[in-house]
Amino acid sequence: MNQLIWLIPILPLAGFIINGLGRNSLSKSVIGFTGSLLVLISFGLSIAAFFQVKSTGVPINVNYFTWFAVGTLKFPFAFLIDQLSAIMLLIITGVGFLIHLYSIGYMHDDEGFGKFFAYLNLFVFFMLLLVLGSNYLILFIGWEGVGLCSYLLIGFWYTNPDYADAAKKAFVMNRIGDLGFLLGMFCIIHFYNSLSFSEVLPAIATSKKGVEIIAICLFIGACGKSAQLPLFTWLPDAMAGPTPVSALIHAATMVTAGIYMIARSNILFTLATDTTEIIAYVGLATALIAALIALTQTDIKKVLAYSTVSQLGYMFLGLGVGAYTGAFFHVLTHAFFKALLFLGAGSVIHAMSGEQDMRKMGGLKGKIKTTFTTMMIGTVAIAGIPPLAGFFSKDEILAHAYAHNPVFWVIGVITAMLTSFYMFRMMYLTFYGKFRGTHEQEHHLHESPPTMTIPLIVLAILSFVGGFIGVPEVLHGHHELAAFLEPVFKKSNEILGEHHLSESLEYALMGTSVVLALAAMGWAYIKYAKNGSVPVADTEERPALTSISYHKFYLDELYDLIIRKPLDWLSTFFYNIVERLGIDGLVNGIGKGTIETSKGLRLLQTGNVGFYIFIMVLGIIAVLFYSVFGLTKI
Amino acid sequence: MESLTNTMHAVPLNHYILLSTIIFAIGVMGVLIRRNAIVIFMSVELMLNSVNLLLTAFSVYRGDATGQVFVFFIMALAAAEVAVGLAIIVMIYRNTNSIDINVLNRLKW
Repeated sequence: MNQLIWLIPILPLAGFIINGLGRNSLSKSVIGFTGSLLVLISFGLSIAAFFQVKSTGVPINVNYFTWFAVGTLKFPFAFLIDQLSAIMLLIITGVGFLIHLYSIGYMHDDEGFGKFFAYLNLFVFFMLLLVLGSNYLILFIGWEGVGLCSYLLIGFWYTNPDYADAAKKAFVMNRIGDLGFLLGMFCIIHFYNSLSFSEVLPAIATSKKGVEIIAICLFIGACGKSAQLPLFTWLPDAMAGPTPVSALIHAATMVTAGIYMIARSNILFTLATDTTEIIAYVGLATALIAALIALTQTDIKKVLAYSTVSQLGYMFLGLGVGAYTGAFFHVLTHAFFKALLFLGAGSVIHAMSGEQDMRKMGGLKGKIKTTFTTMMIGTVAIAGIPPLAGFFSKDEILAHAYAHNPVFWVIGVITAMLTSFYMFRMMYLTFYGKFRGTHEQEHHLHESPPTMTIPLIVLAILSFVGGFIGVPEVLHGHHELAAFLEPVFKKSNEILGEHHLSESLEYALMGTSVVLALAAMGWAYIKYAKNGSVPVADTEERPALTSISYHKFYLDELYDLIIRKPLDWLSTFFYNIVERLGIDGLVNGIGKGTIETSKGLRLLQTGNVGFYIFIMVLGIIAVLFYSVFGLTKI
Repeated sequence: MESLTNTMHAVPLNHYILLSTIIFAIGVMGVLIRRNAIVIFMSVELMLNSVNLLLTAFSVYRGDATGQVFVFFIMALAAAEVAVGLAIIVMIYRNTNSIDINVLNRLKW
């Protein structure tokens, strides 16, 4: 097995090269087939690696070559598959494969079919590199690579300037985070003279040098990639990309890279207690604010995007309160149900001939049954209603949050309730009531082809059963995932200790969150399904609170005001004053000055030979004077 | 040879220097003031020969023949220079029908 590890990332890379070079010459079926098959083979290899790690319990470490060495600092190109990366591998290649399959149907009529698959394969390659890397540097290569692919795929329909802007926004926001990551890496090198996980993490556990500064820098990196406050505004805009991209990159895999990175360095964050406190607050704030925004969005993908931000906030809350297993569990279940929901939304958009506005949908329940059923499962899962996947992972995070600080739990539960409300609102608006679209759209309504519905069904099953790998003890289950991940989080768990909540308290916490989620679902049902209320059109007035939520707390406008405007102003100042007057003035002034002086001086060239000789004699006299008396004596 | 040395010693060195300077100054003034190319040329020769005179005088006073040998070289060189210089002046005359150097004023801005 160890000899084949390199194939896992290389196969998607080969897919990128084949599809990239053959994007115009190969037929669509060949491109779709190659792209999906190579990822499927990677998935097979990942399963093999997973089972090897599971059965032996020993991480697979493969060292290929020393990439470069500077002094005593060595950067090996090596892969590490431990319990954490094995699960990530499964998510990336497994969900990745399903989304490739789905894309064959979804992108079928697009001109950029080949290009799309090439980018998608490249993304899978970089994402695999990110989780396989055995040191921060390789992780960083993957980190940057997925950022690039995200940029390329958000701006996939680049002829629309709005989409191109969204891509730029995502890229710039990510750069801000990446700077933090880079600084974090420099700090690690400074303190520990290495970037390998196997050297740095044990050293951190013993020496605890500079943990806070490293942790905060890495967290800033995670904030950018995983869309946390204040850097989350790129993610909703990233919905400009094709829907499979939103599902793969902006829900299931790339945005969880930050969580993966923090879980990977868990010992560092466990020791950096101040930073973890900040992480918990940031996660909580992100979860709440994104959920509040999602309440009033009308674009089906925007609802899902904010929901993703909110769920990522949850994961960060989990990391912040030390629930590493819980946070990672949520990454896993979220990958299932959020990919499912996005693909379902894609299927709806496909059926609606490209319409994304929920105000123009409605009553699709009977028309696209498979999509409806699978999306309903996803919605129930994300709402945290047992026994679907979301309940278990969310509950674990909330239980830890309660143990850490009951206020966290209260806000977390409110967010969970909001989640349930806006998700069911989306479902009722889309699938219940009367059809509100045009006659033509109604005529074209159709269920998606099997390549699109099969991934939906598989993901729905996974969302249904995914939670059972982590049933908490209190429900007389066995937490398989916690046991599996135990070696990775061992040291952190030793430091943090078990949280002790009495059995009855845990039941009460679970009960409350479930009851609230069900209540929110009922409320959404009454409001949107029974009474058929529809969000008002953009032109009409909204109540103040709704308006704030609809306009995303005016965060974009705020950033505009405090960052873009001053920058613009500063740039204009620099352009007009410093550049035009200062630098241009200096350069042109020297030129003009030379010309003007020359104009005067050239009159000395009278052409009169006698005058020349006279000047020459004067010159010689001057030289003589100088050489005889010297300057000082004159 | 003895007598020549003695004769020269009869006049103090300062007088030679003074004479050379005067001749040299006359040469310079000639070059600066006169407009006739041939006169200028002659003035140049005057300067050249004032230096020759000085060289010889010093040579005698130091009892070292090197200076006089040097003078011969300068004279030979001056002869060659005269040939070139006169040729230039002839060409100037052929082109401008004049040897007034103020006619040659086209070398300007």
